[in-house]
Amino acid sequence: MTDITRRQLLQGAAVAGVAAATAAPATAEASAESEARGRQPGDIGLLYDSTLCIGCRACVTKCKQANELPVDALTINGAPYDAPDDLNATTKTVIQVATQGDRFAFMKRQCMQCLDPACVSACMIKAYQKGPGGVITYDQSRCLGDRYCQIACPFNVPKFQWSKAIPIMVKCEMCRHRKEGCACSEVCPRQAVISGKVTDLMAEARRRQAASPGKYLARIYGETEAGGTQCLYLTAADVPFETLGLPKLDTTPQPHLSTSVQHGLYNKMIAPVALYAAIGFAVWKNTRGGKDEEKKP
Amino acid sequence: MSHATATPVGGKLTTPFFNLMALVALVGAAALVVRFGQGLGAASGMTDGYAWGIWIALDVVVGTALGCGGYAMALLVYVANRGKYHPLVRPALLTGALGYSFAALSIVVDVGRYWGMWKIPTYVSWWNFDSALLEVALCVMTYVMVIWIEFSPSVLERWRSSGTPGQRTFAESAGPKLDKALPWIIALGILLPTMHQSSLGTVMMLPYSKMHPLWFSPLLPLLFLVNCLFLGYAAVIGETTVSTNGFGRRSDTRLLGSLAPVMGWLILFFLVLRFGNLVLRGSLPAAFVANKYAAWFWLENLLLLVPGIVLLGKNARERASTQFGAAFAIMAGGVLYRFNTYILAYDPGPGWSYFPSVLEILVTAGFVAMQVMIYLFVVRRFPVLPSATPAPSR
Amino acid sequence: MDRDALQVSNLTSAAAAIASGVGRRDFLKICSLAAAAVGLPASAAEKMAARAALPKKPSVIWLQFQECTGCTESLLRTSHPGAGELILDLISLDYHETLMAAAGHQAEKTLAEAIKENDGKFVLVVEGAIPVKDNGNFCRIGDRTALDMLKETASHAGAIIAIGSCASWGGIPSADPNPTGASGAGDILKGKTVVTIPGCPANPYNLLGVVLQYATFGTLPELDAKARPKFAYSRVIHDDCPRRAHFDAGRFAQRYGDEGSRQGWCLYKMGCKGPRTHANCSLLHFGEVIGAWPIGIGAQCFGCTEKELAFRVPMFQTVEPEQLGPPGMYPSVNAKHGEVSPVATGIAGVAIGAAIGAGVVMSRKLGQQPPEKDGGEEK
Repeated sequence: MTDITRRQLLQGAAVAGVAAATAAPATAEASAESEARGRQPGDIGLLYDSTLCIGCRACVTKCKQANELPVDALTINGAPYDAPDDLNATTKTVIQVATQGDRFAFMKRQCMQCLDPACVSACMIKAYQKGPGGVITYDQSRCLGDRYCQIACPFNVPKFQWSKAIPIMVKCEMCRHRKEGCACSEVCPRQAVISGKVTDLMAEARRRQAASPGKYLARIYGETEAGGTQCLYLTAADVPFETLGLPKLDTTPQPHLSTSVQHGLYNKMIAPVALYAAIGFAVWKNTRGGKDEEKKP
Repeated sequence: MSHATATPVGGKLTTPFFNLMALVALVGAAALVVRFGQGLGAASGMTDGYAWGIWIALDVVVGTALGCGGYAMALLVYVANRGKYHPLVRPALLTGALGYSFAALSIVVDVGRYWGMWKIPTYVSWWNFDSALLEVALCVMTYVMVIWIEFSPSVLERWRSSGTPGQRTFAESAGPKLDKALPWIIALGILLPTMHQSSLGTVMMLPYSKMHPLWFSPLLPLLFLVNCLFLGYAAVIGETTVSTNGFGRRSDTRLLGSLAPVMGWLILFFLVLRFGNLVLRGSLPAAFVANKYAAWFWLENLLLLVPGIVLLGKNARERASTQFGAAFAIMAGGVLYRFNTYILAYDPGPGWSYFPSVLEILVTAGFVAMQVMIYLFVVRRFPVLPSATPAPSR
Repeated sequence: MDRDALQVSNLTSAAAAIASGVGRRDFLKICSLAAAAVGLPASAAEKMAARAALPKKPSVIWLQFQECTGCTESLLRTSHPGAGELILDLISLDYHETLMAAAGHQAEKTLAEAIKENDGKFVLVVEGAIPVKDNGNFCRIGDRTALDMLKETASHAGAIIAIGSCASWGGIPSADPNPTGASGAGDILKGKTVVTIPGCPANPYNLLGVVLQYATFGTLPELDAKARPKFAYSRVIHDDCPRRAHFDAGRFAQRYGDEGSRQGWCLYKMGCKGPRTHANCSLLHFGEVIGAWPIGIGAQCFGCTEKELAFRVPMFQTVEPEQLGPPGMYPSVNAKHGEVSPVATGIAGVAIGAAIGAGVVMSRKLGQQPPEKDGGEEK
């Protein structure tokens, strides 16, 4: 076996590897984009209007009731309070306070139902799926509790049952088990959170913005963020979305980059199989004959 | 020099150091009782924000990289056909097998619904090809088996020479079959780490909006791959030096020294890729801000750059202490890079913080101690370490 | 028992007691009850009794314009003191169209005489809105417009109190489109202090408190920006609402008669204006009947004291609660999570230190070609 062949092989492999790794995002861009789900007519979601919310937490209470979630007992002065401080294993929606100088505003958190969700992209064996109406469903029988969904979600939505020996993930599934639909919007006293088809919600959001000029920030969070979400947010003109705790995101779907790489490198398993063949050939060549004995591990 | 010269070290197993490790391992095992009895929250400092802690970042992401010695040496010996490194392969395979096995064990500990892990390789129709983690899981599961098979000749050799009659018969019948299959298994042992070590980088590309710009890069897969290679070589140098010296066998300084330029160039390649990408994306200014991120960033890179340059010099090829010091610094820098990519650079947003809990650290320490114990047991009983004591080349 | 009958019997029995010459001891008791009911100090009872014992009791002139007499009717239903005790013992009600026996010219003459007699000292209570459109032609009494009557009387009064929402800021008569230009007394008597006691009807105890304080001490209570006594109007209904716990827990009745409604849950979603309505209804129920106020009987507060709400904001429309700052117990959007245990920090430090130390020692050992000995380390 000659050195040249070896070297060429090595160089070839290295070049191929580098090229694949660097070029993958670019070449796979087109395919990934065509795979982007986009908005669909039947999508349902929520519209939360921070300017209307009075922080009564009716949504939190009703959500717990509708989803049969236990209280998040917090002991204050010796008495237990159901006072979740964030989304957690017993809380699928929560009301928080955002402060900005003298100003304060309420903020409701729940799953954003991304159009191209990171959790769905992250999960190894599809415990999360984009279900009817675009609702991201969770199947605990598939869940392994590896929590990559938590790492992946740009909104930190899926929550893990840390205190259980047999845990599951907890996240809003738009009350898909209730025939009445979303519990939170049903009880909201001020229509600060309403549910329905995303197209209708978008129209309502624009109507509200147009009806009260100057009251609202002229943007709808979730329209384009992370490629678009099915839960939309309105905020007051002087309270930016970042103050409400919503991350600043570009319009790229969160999984876009990593799936581009995955699809680029593992497209039909051609690259790995080819690499295996090349390595196998090299090893076989380098270990055969008289050298066989010597090269055994 | 041939593998035939690898011999068991022998001697008493229960040295004071071994006993200390046993104690640490026991404490770690006790901590596991809490984890499996009361859930992850009771045993770890992980939160919904930092859903992955040291069990993933250290035990899996770093542990497998340090276990890449076997992969890196196999690449050198079997693909680049550098037969002279052969004596280094067996110890590297052993540490690799241990590193990967305990990484797999850590995943069992870390994963909330561990009893369902059999579903990953079984339910093929459920596979999500978007998930880099699936790729990692499948590859690691397979590679753990592959690397033990790669290591198995040591065991068979021992059985053939001094096993019970049953062991001898088995070794004699399995040996030739194994020899025939070995090239393809070795090739698998090279392919799989290439795939999953790069995928470990892809894993942290998904949460890119939460990643610090100094660590996030579209080249993460390639950076992780190169990183695991030089970490593998550094681990081989470190481990060989420590164990051979510890057992009174002088390490082959010249042989180890010839690895130095390979590592040096790999590190420079890594740094060029990393810095080049930072410059191209305009993220480099973040390195000149007075904060913890910039500090860790520079520490990481200096811990690679300085020994990388040293390794390219003449001194490194001859002086064991220089080799070891450089390898040690590279391990620190490379490990930091991986750890920081998974923990420091990952920022779920204001309000979240993470520090491993006592039990969490004890479990990790326990796993490390168990690996040390098994390593000591195996090298004392099986032919792993090179027996020949070449002339010290100082 | 029939409540009106009870009140009438109370009233008549008290009047009878006075008429039959109640002893000073009994009278002092009445004064103490009155003082306690309206939140005056105990010592006020003594003073009140002394003041009332004088031949000349404080004079009150009560004018009624665009109104429904609801405020008067409420006043008649108090029992501590009862209306009889009030009128007959504590004050001298010199003019009140509903209660006075006189009528016609005789009544008007009484008014003129009372003003003349107590010039600059009497308390003027105004009930009802005053129309100002078309020279106030929409309300005439004894051929004088309400506007004239109010201005004339007020110019001689020692203190002016507007009772009820109509007199305070216009009330129902001022609701859109307000054809008569109905206005509150304060809007007409610019420059004068007009204590307003809004409510529909106003809680009589708030009036008694002001009147008795003025009668006893000659002073007026502290007032807010809308000239409402702070003792009664400084807080919103919501602050002291017995259903507040349900609001805080997010338990809302969705419609009348539903499960939540029956359970006594918060009525906010049905348009309760309590969160913006300044009044003490939730603390001082009407006529001392426990629960005798809107929310107490399961109806939402409709904001009768507030010009911005009552008869303006639709009944079932919710309002933005008055909140001076964010609720203290609520988590921040950046709630803190995760903790660092000092022990863990210590252990981690020791572990990292040991690893670095071992590396350095090993490196140094190699440099010195150490003596060979047993023991090993990995990684």
